[in-house]
Amino acid sequence: MNYGPLLFLGAFFALAASWFGFVLTPQIQLGQLQQTNTVPAGVIYPLGRPGFAREGLEVYRANGCAYCHSQQVGQTGTTCNVVLDQPGTNPPALIEAILKVVPLESQSRARELLTGLPKPVLEGLGKEAADAAAKTLSVDGAKASVWIVPAGPDIARGWAKRRTVAEDFLFDSPVMLGARRIGPDLANVGVRLPDARWHLRHLYAPRAEVKGSVMPPYGFLFERRRIERARSPDALDLPPVAAPEPGYEIVPTREARALAAYLVSLQADAPLFVAPLTVPAPVTPEGTNAAPGSAAATNALATNSPAR
Amino acid sequence: MSAAPSSQPEPASPSAPVPAPLPDTLDVSARVPLLALFLSAAGWLLIGSVFALIASIKFHAPGFLAGSGWLTYGRIYPVSTNLFLYGFCVQAGLGVALWLLGRLGQTTLAQLWLVGVGGFLWNLGVIAGVLGVLDRASTGFEHLEMPGYAAMIMFLGYVLLALCGVLTFHQRKLRELYASQWFLFTALFWFPWIYSTANLLLVTFPVRGVVQSILDWWYSQNLQVVWLGLVGLAIVFYFIPKLSDRELHSRYLAVLVFWMLVLLGPWGGIPNSAPVPAWLPVASTISAVLLVTALIAVALNVYRTIGCVALAAPGNPSLSFTLFAVAAFIIAGLMRAFGGLLDSTQELQFTWFATARSQLHACGFFAMAVFGAVYWILPRIIGLEFPWPKLVRAHFWVAAVGITLLVLPLAIGGIVQALQLQKPNIPFTTIANTGLTFLRVSTIGDLLLLCGHLIFLGNLISLALKFYSVPARAAYMAATADLFKTVEAKS
Repeated sequence: MNYGPLLFLGAFFALAASWFGFVLTPQIQLGQLQQTNTVPAGVIYPLGRPGFAREGLEVYRANGCAYCHSQQVGQTGTTCNVVLDQPGTNPPALIEAILKVVPLESQSRARELLTGLPKPVLEGLGKEAADAAAKTLSVDGAKASVWIVPAGPDIARGWAKRRTVAEDFLFDSPVMLGARRIGPDLANVGVRLPDARWHLRHLYAPRAEVKGSVMPPYGFLFERRRIERARSPDALDLPPVAAPEPGYEIVPTREARALAAYLVSLQADAPLFVAPLTVPAPVTPEGTNAAPGSAAATNALATNSPAR
Repeated sequence: MSAAPSSQPEPASPSAPVPAPLPDTLDVSARVPLLALFLSAAGWLLIGSVFALIASIKFHAPGFLAGSGWLTYGRIYPVSTNLFLYGFCVQAGLGVALWLLGRLGQTTLAQLWLVGVGGFLWNLGVIAGVLGVLDRASTGFEHLEMPGYAAMIMFLGYVLLALCGVLTFHQRKLRELYASQWFLFTALFWFPWIYSTANLLLVTFPVRGVVQSILDWWYSQNLQVVWLGLVGLAIVFYFIPKLSDRELHSRYLAVLVFWMLVLLGPWGGIPNSAPVPAWLPVASTISAVLLVTALIAVALNVYRTIGCVALAAPGNPSLSFTLFAVAAFIIAGLMRAFGGLLDSTQELQFTWFATARSQLHACGFFAMAVFGAVYWILPRIIGLEFPWPKLVRAHFWVAAVGITLLVLPLAIGGIVQALQLQKPNIPFTTIANTGLTFLRVSTIGDLLLLCGHLIFLGNLISLALKFYSVPARAAYMAATADLFKTVEAKS
């Protein structure tokens, strides 16, 4: 084959093949991806990020945060936990059943299991073994359920509850999955660290918040101002090592606040059909209607939490 | 022409019939545009490695130059990689490719103005792109950070440069193709295809969701593995036989490598834990493992061509550079194959190991091959030897030690990090700091590489100065001034 045109065609064919494989096929497979429902709650997921968080995505892009932070949590498999929900009406029979499935040395240890339910009795089983154990435990009104628990080093580290999936990035553009973990994974940082003010303090002085952090400070996203009459309500409450001299305050710029809003909005933990996990039934504190646990700085952020 | 090239008649293709002695005009005609391409490539290389060094120093002291936004790590790191890839690799690679296409086809470069204008546009695009990234206009896609307007200028510049290559290829006098021509001719087309696809589907009309990431990985893989591989291997397959004065062992092995690279190479680069359909990372791993056969074919071909003796003591600095490039190509390919294969917990891909692998491929393989080629080509097109040949040798040793000190600590550190990431009870800050210990050693490698690039630029400038101080300078300039005005202004 000594002819240019044939060589051209050969190369074109080779590239076209990979284009069909790695560009067109994923586009057919994922390009029309729609919102999905959480399982089993049936809530629509994902909701678009609120506008301010979307502005923060641009700050994240412009300053290249993705060169040090990945947004992809890996998962090596799924295991099942058997959780005892209700003790039923016949504790001695239940204890006997527990001793059948759990290798415990004495009845008193098994009795300890019955306090403070619901409580995991067995962990890290396969689906069949877990189902069988749950069946054995369901004696005389006692209730045991099987929880699906994703496994893997990233999840054990507490970075996320499940692996990240394509749905998590449905409304982001650009999608920045990151390639290195010079810093921790951020796919789920909004659940781990839901306080936007913590993120602002951390961005301004990383080492004051995380001992031994290698993150550079992002002072250029903040303004150092002389306090004129009263302290700005936005001013950071910094620990003494990072605080400015008396009479001055550190105020986040719009960019910094948007970035913090974006970080808080990173919450890829909804249970989905493609990435199943069991989440405990919501425990609503009596007498209030408040969403559990979130101290988000703005109203917008709270609306973005996926249903749990 | 007063400055006659010192090139002896050389057979372009060892397996082809012995060609007639070359006319002097072949090398001489392209000297100014090629010198301009090589000089600006060397300049970008130096500037890029200054940025890389600053980025590396930030790990010693996170507060270093942290006050201003445009010097933050997330902006200067992509600037350093972009300057290296687009400022140096593509530009110098194209320069070498054009010269090789002319030499192997026994013809002069066609339409030289294309090289001048194309090179000018390409460099203009690189400047615009770098300023854009520094001013927060990065697209956010790795290796494709330069904003759309810069990409457009660069694309146009590339098309003009490649057009010169295609026309040169078309008017070749020696019709039979040598293996290197396969690689180079394909590389000319490959880049515009992938670059336009990636820019159109990521920047102009962005696709939705993680398809963006898949496209970005596809583009990076095509640029780094396929394009750099095609041009780098073309250099290897030309210069190894040429410099060791033997025939290429097997033309068919070289052609096999070519087909492996273009057929399998683009099916890679998607990491194991990516939130995409599982067949994509699987296909990537399979392609990386199958590419090991190409590595074996390259190793075999080079070894059989050159033999043990010359392998141990290469007489020519260009040969040392080329042999180092071959070794780096093979090791980087093995790291790619086995990194994907053994990474069952999906942690290794996020560590410094991946950085080490891509640095070895880009700096150890491609850049070294290009250095060797440029050190061979420039004296021939200019007709003068380098004023300080010892500095060429020195460049080799500084670069070789620098790359080793850059890659080895990062690779080991990455493996240590991956093992630690598997143990959830080790806090992440501990892991990050473990990685940093290794990274800090690699900063010495960065520093040495910077010195090497300084020597490279110095060698090129000294040769250019020597050339222009020749008395015939004025006459030559007068004859060609209107033709090369644009290029002259740049160099």
